[in-house]
Amino acid sequence: MFVLSDRPIDAAALTRALAHAAAGACVTFEGWVRDHNAGRAVRALDYQAYEPLAGREGARVLAEAMQQFAIVDIRCVHRTGALAIGDLAVWVGVSAAHRDAAFAACRYVIDEVKKRVPIWKNEHYADGESGWLHPDNTPVAGGA
Amino acid sequence: MRYRVLYFASLRDAAGCDAEEVGSASRDARALYDELRGRHGFTLSAERLRVAVNGEFAEWSRTLSDDDEVAFLPPVSGG
Repeated sequence: MFVLSDRPIDAAALTRALAHAAAGACVTFEGWVRDHNAGRAVRALDYQAYEPLAGREGARVLAEAMQQFAIVDIRCVHRTGALAIGDLAVWVGVSAAHRDAAFAACRYVIDEVKKRVPIWKNEHYADGESGWLHPDNTPVAGGA
Repeated sequence: MRYRVLYFASLRDAAGCDAEEVGSASRDARALYDELRGRHGFTLSAERLRVAVNGEFAEWSRTLSDDDEVAFLPPVSGG
């Protein structure tokens, strides 16, 4: 289950939903909004997504993880819209019989989501400027 | 041909809109991007982008049809 949400993510409820009698391990990852990037003070950020394709590509990443790793369940929720420092931006959770597969699948999903899913981050800096980030993590000129 | 073009992130800011209807003689995705890059002054070259047609990733050489929805996708930065 891959979900884009414009509402705060309820990590506790998502974790509970991974429970299964066959699962002996649960690994979750939380990506939080931090107050700095590339040496600049960040005060907030926005996520924009191409929602239909982001949903499909996110679902493909989860399906790949289900196929590649011996896991029971896997879910990912990514925020859209305006976020403040400390907010939960992305959540990945995996349950599995054993911990090795759960760790590996969780790592696979967050790495692939960051690489492939059409979501963009616009950082708002303490000095009033802002910029859209790209894979080298530097803002592109012209972001407003 | 008429296309519906979607913009995201820095391309959206540069175009000044999230989507537009475009009448164009361009017949494939790369030619359409290059045409619109000239019109809107996009700094990103096609090599740094991906393109999606009708909600699915496509090759830049993809031949476009009337009423296709074409999305130009800057390098992603989720997570």
